[in-house]
Amino acid sequence: MAAPTTLPSALADAVRDESSLRRFLHGLPGVDQVGVEQRAAGLGTRSIKKAAKLHAIDLAISMVDLTTLEGADTPGKVRGLAAKARRPDPDRPDVPKVAAVCVYPDMVKTAADELRGTGIGVASVATAFPSGRSTMDVKLADTRFAVEQGASEVDMVIDRGAFLSGRYGQVFEEIVEVKRACGDAHLKVILETGELVTYDNVRRASWLALLAGGDFIKTSTGKVQPAATLPVTHVMLQAVRDWKTQTGELRGVKPAGGIRSTKDAIKYLVAVHEVAGPEWLDPHLFRFGASTLLNDLLMQRRTQLDGHYSGPDYVTVD
Amino acid sequence: MWEYAPAPESRDIANLKPAYRMFVDGQFVEGSGEPLKTINPGTEEVLAEVSTASKSDVDTAVKAARRAYDRVWSKMPGSERAKYIYRIARQIQERGRELAVLESLDNGKPIKESRDVDVPTAAAHFFYHAGWADKLGYAGYGPDPKPLGVAGQVIPWNFPLLMAAWKIAPALACGNTVVLKPAETTPLTALVLADIIAQCDLPPGVVNIIPGAGDIGAALVEHDGVDKVAFTGSTEVGKTIQRQLAGTNKKLTLELGGKAANVVFDDAPLDQAVEGIVNGIFFNQGHVCCAGSRLLVQESIADELLEKLHARVSTLRVGDPLDKNTDVGAINSREQLARITELTESGEAEGAQRWTSSCPLPDKGFYFAPTVFSGVSQAMRIAREEIFGPVLSVLTFRTPDEAVAKANNTPYGLSAGVWTEKGSRILWMAQRMRAGVVWSNTFNRFDPTAPFGGYQESGFGREGGRTGLEAYLDV
Amino acid sequence: MSDRVTVAKTYKLYIGGAFPRSESGRSYPVTDSKGAFLANAAQGSRKDARDAVTAARKAFGGWSGATAYNRGQVLYRVAEVLEGRREQFVTEVAASEGVPVKKAQSLVDTAIDRWVWYAGWTDKVAAVLGSANPVAGPYFSFSTPEPTGVVAVLAPQQSSLLGLVSVIAPVIASGNTAVVVTSQDRPLPAITLSEVLATSDVPGGVVNIITGRTAEIAPWLASHADVNALDLTGAPEPLRAELERSAAGTVKRVLRTKVGEDFAVTPDLSRIRAYLETKTVWHPMGV
Repeated sequence: MAAPTTLPSALADAVRDESSLRRFLHGLPGVDQVGVEQRAAGLGTRSIKKAAKLHAIDLAISMVDLTTLEGADTPGKVRGLAAKARRPDPDRPDVPKVAAVCVYPDMVKTAADELRGTGIGVASVATAFPSGRSTMDVKLADTRFAVEQGASEVDMVIDRGAFLSGRYGQVFEEIVEVKRACGDAHLKVILETGELVTYDNVRRASWLALLAGGDFIKTSTGKVQPAATLPVTHVMLQAVRDWKTQTGELRGVKPAGGIRSTKDAIKYLVAVHEVAGPEWLDPHLFRFGASTLLNDLLMQRRTQLDGHYSGPDYVTVD
Repeated sequence: MWEYAPAPESRDIANLKPAYRMFVDGQFVEGSGEPLKTINPGTEEVLAEVSTASKSDVDTAVKAARRAYDRVWSKMPGSERAKYIYRIARQIQERGRELAVLESLDNGKPIKESRDVDVPTAAAHFFYHAGWADKLGYAGYGPDPKPLGVAGQVIPWNFPLLMAAWKIAPALACGNTVVLKPAETTPLTALVLADIIAQCDLPPGVVNIIPGAGDIGAALVEHDGVDKVAFTGSTEVGKTIQRQLAGTNKKLTLELGGKAANVVFDDAPLDQAVEGIVNGIFFNQGHVCCAGSRLLVQESIADELLEKLHARVSTLRVGDPLDKNTDVGAINSREQLARITELTESGEAEGAQRWTSSCPLPDKGFYFAPTVFSGVSQAMRIAREEIFGPVLSVLTFRTPDEAVAKANNTPYGLSAGVWTEKGSRILWMAQRMRAGVVWSNTFNRFDPTAPFGGYQESGFGREGGRTGLEAYLDV
Repeated sequence: MSDRVTVAKTYKLYIGGAFPRSESGRSYPVTDSKGAFLANAAQGSRKDARDAVTAARKAFGGWSGATAYNRGQVLYRVAEVLEGRREQFVTEVAASEGVPVKKAQSLVDTAIDRWVWYAGWTDKVAAVLGSANPVAGPYFSFSTPEPTGVVAVLAPQQSSLLGLVSVIAPVIASGNTAVVVTSQDRPLPAITLSEVLATSDVPGGVVNIITGRTAEIAPWLASHADVNALDLTGAPEPLRAELERSAAGTVKRVLRTKVGEDFAVTPDLSRIRAYLETKTVWHPMGV
């Protein structure tokens, strides 16, 4: 198996062949479900107020991958989303712009046209999203098409069937191939943790994706329940933290699906801050895959600044 | 950098009064002892003046408890006693926030712990034991086990309200009446509990709460009118009490000190083990008799674990106990701070490597930064003596047998921890560790249904569960 | 008819499965209830007590680790062997306690039955005294009784066999090991009992029996740091409080029995409970 980057020797050994990979992944420390859930709940009680809250809201806005992944998507819908991405709160120009707009491959061109020169990324899901159930050729063609259309980021799905039946080498090779097809585009690897079920699996899949060269590990497609959860994100943050310890490289994490409120978003930021470390409080290393979250962040931002509660009619719905 | 803004819980919620009085025979009355000033260890400010009991007040309280026992409580059907105890549980829940803030003010523990652990667990103890009051015949001590009479109870300052609940709830459920002495530095929540008990209309004298220092505790346990003594505190004082009670017919239970080993094997769920280690020693500033104060880590992962541990401990936020984001609050007293300081100095002098979190500490109040000693050997004082503070001693082992030998190499035996993903090894270790509580892949869990108490010099008798009833029954 | 000269027995201590003389070289005359000489018994010393504690500690691991089924069979085996030597015990109890043969027979029979009673408890105690704890969280929590360790037993002064059996059996049934100081003036059934123990699968050191002056030996056991519990049943009244104070030095579990305990009645579980620790184990439940 070919490692995409030069790895420290211990990790290079891990990807030498299928059985080394299996040994490595199964040699990772286990994750105790009760323990990690308790830690996530405990950290979730952090009380973030005043300036800290405002800072967190702006940070969260700048981390949003504003997403529409519907069968009903149209260029009009995507153009609206792009406008929202550029100016999340039209009345408040000081509101940061979001990190990226995330769409299906056929919508990439529309998004790219709308966002050119803004610094906002265009993310495309690919590889037979959301199930990943197609041939390798189709997945690679899907990826190449998205990149050609102007995607700066690709959100791929792993083959959960292969992963769950222990064909780690196959999952690894697919990520490596997709990464190659991405060219300069950043690769986010969706683990679909809701289908992996156990935290041990989440940890193994995280390391597998990091070893194969994923720039980000992402929880979910948003099409499977449960999508992102705090404890799952803890496990993934531990993975990128430990990856940095071993390689010196910084990789990112993206929880996606189900994060709708500012309160939730702040819990995630606290986890980023205290589990991975302050270094990860950066849109290059942490993203929220979300659609409705942005408006709640904007409402809460107004509440913080205006000193009274805001309402949904005061933020734009596209 | 993202700094969390201060998020203090309002101290007004505590309903702090300038003065508190002892609770005897259903009345709040002035004690004839020297009043004490209880301080906020987080700021060193005086919180309130508290009247204390004299020896004659002890006598008054014990007599009140005796009268209540003879005339009312021992004659009341268990089903009626139960309803009083349920009332107490409910009122603790209703006044939970007040109790939590007051506890943090008086004790120095972080509000998130008093709010999420101390107060809810105290309510749970009353709720659990209430149900026993009319079911004692099913507890395995014969068809109609009898109470002992008057229980004299002396509790420590580390969990002031929770220890009061641990003591009072089973005593009442079994049909005893109570005279309880809270710790000198933390009398306030026990006196609010007295207020709750008064509001619950418990018959006068069933529960009496008398603040005071050690001499009042001694007078209480020595009093001829006391049938049962329950003490939680240091092993040294426990031994004194056991000596005092020699040759009497008073039933005694002791919950004393500890020097628990927390054993981490190389196949442990490492991130959760780190959490468990942190919880084990930094929960409640390490003022926990069952604290995991000796970390025994398998040599092959010692470096990796220590690195993770240092990183994790560095994130602990030390400071204002009322701040909702505080992880480690104030040391309860200047004396305790001095003891912790002295023992850590001995650790350095004896050659252990000290690592201390660089977290900022408040200028005022009693604080001690979380500290981890590595390179510790069993011969050092920091491996043998109970520090009762946020100080962890790290030792290593190579084989399971060595882990057990080192874990058990102490006169204490209150608790132990074991971390491994191998189920059979957990059971093997749990069987061999001489400790009253073994937490495997977790630490510092408490529940009224789970008996708690020590082996050897950590005391005898259990609190909680069916087993815990024995301490308050004449069986 | 010429009387055959009987072979008199030398009554020795029973420590670690062996029958040594007292290291002190002392012995003391034992008489029957009317004052007639019966035998010389070894007069145990503090060093004998120390050796007995060492032997009991050494035996603790194996005995407490044995299966409850195994311990039950061992205790039952004691009853079997005792039954086989019933007549000898009747003679000794009658001589020691000055009771009629019929009464002595009843005492010996009850003693045998007591072993059977406790034999049956070994594999039931954990179920009766242990628990599954329904804690409010995702944990499996259970509590199980465990033997406390080495128990020093001051055997009753009056009831030389039934009382003795009634205080030893509950100690060892749950896996403790015992150092027993016998009735000072009626030690002979105890020595004969140790011969029964030695020949009935009780591992050496599980029960150690010392004859001699209770008041001399007891303080050394009460203060011994490697003793976990103390049974004051046969303690001389003036010494009881002092022994208890001494036991507090290492927070020993002390059994203060009610004076005048009637050993003829079937006991309850209190003597078993007295030497048990409850261990609570927690483990998370997750996938």
